[in-house]
Amino acid sequence: MSEYLLILVSTILVNNFVLVKFLGLCPFMGVSRKLETAIGMSLATTFVLTLSAVCSYLVNTYLLAPFGIEYLRTIAFILVIAAVVQFTEMVIHKTSPLLYQVLGIFLPLITTNCAVLGVALLNVQQEHGFIQTTLYGFGASIGFSMVLILFAAMRERIAAADVPVAFRGPAIALVTAGLMSLAFMGFSGLVRA
Amino acid sequence: MLAAVLALTALAATFGLTLGYAAIRFKVEGDPLVDKIDALLPQTQCGQCGFPGCRPYAMAIAKGEADINQCPPGGEATIRALADLLDRDPKPLNPEHGQIKPKMVAVIDERRCIGCTLCIQACPVDAIVGAPKQMHTVVAQECTGCDLCVAPCPVDCIEMVPLQQSIRTWQWPYPEQKAVGSAT
Amino acid sequence: MSAVEPRNPRLWTFHGGVHPEQHKAESTQLPIQPATLPSRLILPLHQHIGEPAEPMVTKGDRVLKGQMIARASGYVSAPVHAPTSGTVVDIDDYPIPHPSGMSAPSIVIEPDGADTWIEHQGIERYQDLDPSVLRNHIREAGIVGLGGAGFPTSVKLNPGHIKSIDTLILNGAECEPYITCDDVLMRERADEIISGLKIVAHALQAKEAVIGIEDNKPAALEAMHKAVAGIDNMRVAQVPTIYPSGDSKLLAKILTGKEVPSNKLSLHIGLTCINVGTTYAVHRAVHYGEPLLTRIVTVTGGAVGRQCNVEALLGTPMSDLIAQCGGDPDRLASLIMGGPMMGFAVHRTDVPVIKTTNCILAAAKADLARSRPVMPCIRCGACVEACPVNLLPQQLYWFAKNREFDKVQKYDLFDCIECGCCSYVCPSNIPLVQYFRFAKGDIWVQEREKEKAGIARRRHEARLQRLAREKAEREARRQQKKSALDATAAADAGKERAQTQMQAAVERAEGRRAAAMEQAEKRRAGVDAGPGTDPERKHEA
Repeated sequence: MSEYLLILVSTILVNNFVLVKFLGLCPFMGVSRKLETAIGMSLATTFVLTLSAVCSYLVNTYLLAPFGIEYLRTIAFILVIAAVVQFTEMVIHKTSPLLYQVLGIFLPLITTNCAVLGVALLNVQQEHGFIQTTLYGFGASIGFSMVLILFAAMRERIAAADVPVAFRGPAIALVTAGLMSLAFMGFSGLVRA
Repeated sequence: MLAAVLALTALAATFGLTLGYAAIRFKVEGDPLVDKIDALLPQTQCGQCGFPGCRPYAMAIAKGEADINQCPPGGEATIRALADLLDRDPKPLNPEHGQIKPKMVAVIDERRCIGCTLCIQACPVDAIVGAPKQMHTVVAQECTGCDLCVAPCPVDCIEMVPLQQSIRTWQWPYPEQKAVGSAT
Repeated sequence: MSAVEPRNPRLWTFHGGVHPEQHKAESTQLPIQPATLPSRLILPLHQHIGEPAEPMVTKGDRVLKGQMIARASGYVSAPVHAPTSGTVVDIDDYPIPHPSGMSAPSIVIEPDGADTWIEHQGIERYQDLDPSVLRNHIREAGIVGLGGAGFPTSVKLNPGHIKSIDTLILNGAECEPYITCDDVLMRERADEIISGLKIVAHALQAKEAVIGIEDNKPAALEAMHKAVAGIDNMRVAQVPTIYPSGDSKLLAKILTGKEVPSNKLSLHIGLTCINVGTTYAVHRAVHYGEPLLTRIVTVTGGAVGRQCNVEALLGTPMSDLIAQCGGDPDRLASLIMGGPMMGFAVHRTDVPVIKTTNCILAAAKADLARSRPVMPCIRCGACVEACPVNLLPQQLYWFAKNREFDKVQKYDLFDCIECGCCSYVCPSNIPLVQYFRFAKGDIWVQEREKEKAGIARRRHEARLQRLAREKAEREARRQQKKSALDATAAADAGKERAQTQMQAAVERAEGRRAAAMEQAEKRRAGVDAGPGTDPERKHEA
């Protein structure tokens, strides 16, 4: 039980995928301008991450490993991720066309979100079982979502503020992201793992 | 070798079938985004954006064929609202499509009107009342100031006049900006 | 029972608030002064919230004091009466006291000095009247909220089916600096006010009435205590002096502890608040049949020699009042209608006193705060500490500045009472209230435009449908004509064929007859030729 809790705390706070591992920075910067968009993106990524982590694990364990074709891991995982993303895209297009339009190119770009592939590969590297894989994937996506939403809220405030001309736009956003990252690194050592 | 090929083929086939089924199950009809964009446009139907009306412009924006800063009657507020809806950056009005002008209404000089009905056919909201060989007049309350009736009139009897400001339409202005030491 | 009741029952407080310098002693040294009759009276048709009144007189008409000269238009509206007898000299746009500096339709009366009353009569026993009849009487008297808002009182006294009124609050707080009109009214006419309060309580069927008076008015407190002595369900409550305790929702919180929910009215929690001046006017209207013709106006400020309260006729030009009180036009830096927190500067001194003019502040240069430059917001949060309605003025400022009107509404902009506490405490001198007023105005304008756009869209769609329908009809008619033409063509072709056939038949018949006749001729010729002539041989000859 404590092992599962450990995985969650680790992926959400201590080893946050965005601010500590620096994976998944593309949607982090690209979709964080408005809070509603960020929330939509977080939900989409959570779904994709968790599902693809589980599917990747299953493919690895029951298809690649038994036949000794682990060298196809990267291609197979990308195939899984691409299919899941495509499926998610269709569902979003149907249920919320506005979100679909607003997310735009970033929705299919979840395929190339290094956090998604990273989670799948890290699960294999750390030799997780089925439940651990699921929790790892879920925790990673919760960490990603939390940071994305916090950052979006901050960017909304910054948009209305009096920023010096040289810093306006992406510049102040990156500075803020850097400061957030510094803050999150304070979590290291939280869990003696 | 064979195992690899078969494994990947099997994987691809499974996913292909799932996606194919999903494509049919989650098929999207129509485009509700166009309605949302159309709701933000001022409905002057003037054509200054380059499209024959507000709905065609909305469809073009939804398809990505037109930019959000082409509507002069909508002004800053509309550009801002569209930027907000589509999560883009607001930009200033494209001067190619016109300038922001104060609200106007059309007025027909009744001494010169000859009752030809050309302006009635031009008005996109049917705000001109009249019949052939009868006096034409603009219903000021419905006039959107789109300007389309001025050109067709053969005797040049239509004029655009700015809307009268009254105490009931007055609003508090934006406070004076010059703040000492501020970046703006 | 009220004699043994504690003088200070339980009170609550509200968040924030400020303590500006009061400047009240200057104008309370003299009793209420009667007004001198001005040379003309300008009566705007729109002195209240709701629809403007419609004129009932024309230029040149002679009017009597108390005569209705403009009728109420619609439910939320109030009539206007002639404050004295005289002649209507004009009905046109005249400058009125408004922050825009614009003019508005007004009726101008030249007094004749006789001050002749129209026939009027009070009501014997208002308690026996149907509440709606009582309300109508108050409406016809042109009474609106004299505390500054000008809401038609007859509408306020009609809670309808919303709720019953538990507590009627009489607002004698008068928290704004400089203003003392309610103070002197309570000192001098407490009994009349209580008489009016009884009428209002009856109209609302209120269970109890509480009179809230700030503790900086000891004389008024004394007078009002005496006036309610012996009345069961009425009591006076002394409240601490703090701005803006005179706001109706905040006074309600202080006296009852109940908070009005966002976007709702006091009515929705069983409370109604009414001003002492309005209540006095109700008393005069019901007991004497007198419509609202005068009001107490505080004339104060450094440019006025004799600061006092004047019972002024409505429509009196402000310059007349200032002159009556020893005003020095040279020292006048700014003429403010209202107080220093919520008042606004009028653009000309000859604008008239209207129903909502509680004070005219003829400020000399020394009175006005030094104009300090506006500096950037340092996010200190002093405004948040001061806001009595628990809003976040700092966030509202940032959003209003950036014209992000969705966010500004999410932060409850429309609950802002525009009291000015935030601007008062801002160390950067940012005119916060101006930003909020601008944002509110812009949001209203946008909503109006959206409505108009919706109507325009529907008209355009209707037009497109009409054109399509006409096209379809034209097409249908064209089809019909074509088929009709084809039918006639077919019919014609048939007729022609028949004719040709007949012709041929006739010709054939003709041919046969001709042949038959020829033969007959030949036979006759053969007979004539005599016997021996062989008809068969005729061709031999």
